[in-house]
Amino acid sequence: MRLYGHRVTWPAALGFLIIAINLFAALGAPLIAPFDQAEVVCDAWDEPSASHLLGCDNLGRDLLSRLLFGARMSIGLSLLITTLSFSIGIVTGFTAAIAKGWVDAALSRAVDLMLAMPSLIFAFVVLSVLGTDVAVLVVTLACLDSTRVFRLSRALAMNIVALEYVEVARLRGEGLWWIITREVLPAARAPLIAEFGLRFSFAFLFVAALSFLGLGIQPPDADWGSMVRDYRDMINLGISAPFWPAGAIAVLTIGVNFVVDWLLAIQSRGHGENA
Amino acid sequence: MLRMIGLRLALGVMTLFGASVLIFAGTEILPGDLASALLQNNATPENLATMREQLGLDRPAVVRYAAWFGGALQGDLGRSLASERPVAGELAPRLRNTLFLAVYAAAIAVPLAIALGLMAAVWQGSVFDRGVNMVTLMTISIPEYLVGYLLMKYISVELGWLPTLANVTDDTALGERFYLTLLPMLTLVLVVIAHMMRMTRASVLAIMASPYIEMAFLKGIPKWIVVVRHAFPNALAPVISVVALNLAYLIVGVVVVEAVFVYPGLGQLMVDAVSKHDVPVVQACGLLFSSAFILLNMLADIAAILANPRLRHPR
Amino acid sequence: MNTNDIVLEVDRLRVQARNDRGAGPVLVDDVSFTLRQGEVIGLIGESGAGKTTIGLACLGYTRNGCAIEGGRIVFRGQDILTLSPAGRRALRGPGVAYIAQSAAASFNPAMTLFEQVCEIPVRHGLMTADAAREVAIGLFRELDLPDPETFGRRYPHQVSGGQLQRAMAAMAMAAKPDILVFDEPTTALDVTTQVEVLAAFRKLIKEHRTAAIYITHDLAVVAQIADDIMVLRHGKMVEHGTAEQILQAPRAEYTRRLVAERVQGHAFVERVAEEVPLLSIRGVTASYATLLRVIDGVSLEVRRGDTVAVVGESGSGKSTLARVITGLLPRESGEVLFKGEMLPPALARRSREQKRRVQMIYQMPDVALNPHQTLLDIIGRPVGFYFGRSRAEIRERVLELLRMMDLPESFIDRTPGELSGGQKQRVGIARALAAEPDLIICDEVTSALDQLVGEEILRLLKRLQEELGIAYLFITHDLGVVKRIANKVAVMLRGKMVAGGETAEVFAPPFHPYTELLLSSVPEMRSDWLDEVLARRAGL
Repeated sequence: MRLYGHRVTWPAALGFLIIAINLFAALGAPLIAPFDQAEVVCDAWDEPSASHLLGCDNLGRDLLSRLLFGARMSIGLSLLITTLSFSIGIVTGFTAAIAKGWVDAALSRAVDLMLAMPSLIFAFVVLSVLGTDVAVLVVTLACLDSTRVFRLSRALAMNIVALEYVEVARLRGEGLWWIITREVLPAARAPLIAEFGLRFSFAFLFVAALSFLGLGIQPPDADWGSMVRDYRDMINLGISAPFWPAGAIAVLTIGVNFVVDWLLAIQSRGHGENA
Repeated sequence: MLRMIGLRLALGVMTLFGASVLIFAGTEILPGDLASALLQNNATPENLATMREQLGLDRPAVVRYAAWFGGALQGDLGRSLASERPVAGELAPRLRNTLFLAVYAAAIAVPLAIALGLMAAVWQGSVFDRGVNMVTLMTISIPEYLVGYLLMKYISVELGWLPTLANVTDDTALGERFYLTLLPMLTLVLVVIAHMMRMTRASVLAIMASPYIEMAFLKGIPKWIVVVRHAFPNALAPVISVVALNLAYLIVGVVVVEAVFVYPGLGQLMVDAVSKHDVPVVQACGLLFSSAFILLNMLADIAAILANPRLRHPR
Repeated sequence: MNTNDIVLEVDRLRVQARNDRGAGPVLVDDVSFTLRQGEVIGLIGESGAGKTTIGLACLGYTRNGCAIEGGRIVFRGQDILTLSPAGRRALRGPGVAYIAQSAAASFNPAMTLFEQVCEIPVRHGLMTADAAREVAIGLFRELDLPDPETFGRRYPHQVSGGQLQRAMAAMAMAAKPDILVFDEPTTALDVTTQVEVLAAFRKLIKEHRTAAIYITHDLAVVAQIADDIMVLRHGKMVEHGTAEQILQAPRAEYTRRLVAERVQGHAFVERVAEEVPLLSIRGVTASYATLLRVIDGVSLEVRRGDTVAVVGESGSGKSTLARVITGLLPRESGEVLFKGEMLPPALARRSREQKRRVQMIYQMPDVALNPHQTLLDIIGRPVGFYFGRSRAEIRERVLELLRMMDLPESFIDRTPGELSGGQKQRVGIARALAAEPDLIICDEVTSALDQLVGEEILRLLKRLQEELGIAYLFITHDLGVVKRIANKVAVMLRGKMVAGGETAEVFAPPFHPYTELLLSSVPEMRSDWLDEVLARRAGL
């Protein structure tokens, strides 16, 4: 199998398949889930059966349905965070690289400072006063994550701006917008796409970790991280309920990482052929 | 070179200062103020006024920051809003526990990761390398709590070899501590090792691709000497950076792992404080975690400066 | 000579690349030669000729992704291709030693020179560490390195490029190998340094009666050092003969072209001078940030139809001058006038018309063209940008320019990645011409190209000048190019202009001392050139 002229390795194909299944679950949850996420339909911890494929949870809700709705929440939120973080990071990063001077210095020092602290810790500080509201969560995490995107897009743009074909455009008298969209962006697109995958998996794990710690998405909305938290005490009783959402988190992240690994590999090979 | 180290030290101090400002500012950004956030529905005007005075909110932010940071430098971290006891006293045993776990995990993970990374790089493209690549790509994707619960389920619940929870107290003996924290430590090691190993491998490979390594082979020098004498001294600086970078995952990992194993550490304290809006405790924990992180990065950079022959032997 | 002298016999060597799909292109095909003690063979060819691959094969070594697929390499009666890995390792260093192009990259930055020079004899168990050190000091002395006793205590970054290149020769000689493989050892050096290093290498080979393989793309360099020359192209042998025969009476057509291009001169371009010069630079100074002054008080004049060359070695400030003229680096003081009109120092302050009239062509066509655009976009953009033409008109104009560059019209929808180096450089010229400029600044436009391709580019530029009357400002380190195409020249040294004027005058006595040094350092295509230069310098 080939995609844009590149051979798709089997881990990459598996990754694409995992992503597709998860997106399908997230988008189609209301249609394919047998029950609603908050509906009590059976007794607590009912064994898996024909009507409840994965059994029931502590309050007698259908586990499969919660898992499907959880996908919606966990994936949707992470996508939102990553998109927002990319918009902020790319715009500021490219501006810093092209404008140079004090704009670059100010933005870079601010980002250095943000990166001097573990982002989980900084998120804790903000959440402790603002509380765990979904909007707060999204904005906070996007801002924290955008520092990494800033670093990458600034470095990419710096390298590209130093190339002579960009110098030619500047000598010709082209404006900033032309230079960003026509000269810099096409060359930065491939690494940025790979980075999007990487940042998505970070955001996804981050949101899940926060929910697991009880500081992320609040009940009754289902999401994978808080499901692990809700069911964790059952491990001592031999009930495997917490492993379903935890496993789902792991599988999706593995899928994304397989695809990112493949993207990075074809990029480095692409350079080799040109040289 | 001393100048560069001095500069790096100064930068570290400045960063620490900057981080303290950020932590303080982070608690100032809410639309109303802390008092109304804490009181929520009980916010009568009188209550608010009392609360504000109690928290010192009637003073300007700069003054409060100076008082807080000045106190923190002298070991006074304020009083907890929840327990009303001094934060420093509550923190100390927790900090000891967390440091114990982190150092325990790092002591095992760092040498193991560097050794595995070196081996994968030296045998690049071998079955070992490919296998390790695949396994680590998967382990970096698995969240800490899944690793923790899987270990707990199989090692503790089914085999019964180790306790499920790490119930250490102040008077737990050292040997007992090692035993009780074995499972949390293993979880942390598994989480941290993958990243550290992959990056070690990448930086050693970058060195192995350089012309002076080819030159060493063309001089007929056996491979192990090339690796040990030619590649390793040059790989040292990047590997140190990799290790420092990945100890950040350790810090984050500690928070989650403590929650999984109900281990009385700093992370647990911080998570509890966040959900209780206990701002002084959050600030104190944040400052401690950030200081550890900044200190690690600074030490790594200084070690990298020391390992660079161009800086050690100026023209 | 009798056959016992033979130290190396390469017989029908064949090296092939391997890729994902199995066997790849053949890099070296059916190459044979023999080497006797004290004999030097020169391997010459353009990039992709397989020279380095052959050199490395003589050490029983291939780079990743290549393999020796056929032939024999017999070293002192033993086919090294049948040796075990340990056997090959024993050969590398004491038997055959290698000297690479870039000494700066080939020395380990974390080890002293002594450690690295003594490594071959010590690791192969031939000498004690102390004995090896004595040998190293002796070699440093032979190679005219400063303070031979203590030179080796330094780290690679603490010595200059020319010294490091000689230290690499010492490293290769440390265990008295039978064969030295020199791989473009002087290519990365400035011409004035090249002479010294070349002389040191030759002395070393002569005194130790070592056989050597000398790999280079420069016939004039190899003529100074080699007894035999083998000309290679696309991995195949083109011609093999004595140095004299190759230079004086080349048999193969390809060799004739290589030899001819160097000797054949171009006539100087005679131009009628107009009243107002096109470009006039007066006392310009500029620097980067707070660093040293990079150019200092440079004055220069370019008239219509002129080709003015700016020559100098690396760090002379010649490229900086180009950046000042284009406004990329604003000048600090002095004047830059274009057709009598003052150009603002900074690019942002110049009008579109001012920008249009001065265009640039670059050294590396790979990075000068956006790989994500088609030739229509690349060449057509200036047409649309400066003249506001319609899409159809732009396409028509691009086709016309492609024809002018002798490029097929079908290239219009291709991207630069599908073109060869010479073709890309033509596209760069077409893009500059699309703006219909009065002056084109050519920054080392031939130095990244193979010799014959570079010659064609020069010929094209000359033809365009005759047809369109454009003026060129030619920035180069290659005095050969200067002599042949420039009617005026400016010689730069450490940011200052040390000589300037009509080429014929500047390059004729009485010389400025630096001009003379530069001129005398350019290798000439006769085997006694180096002797003459050394004799003349010794006499001074």
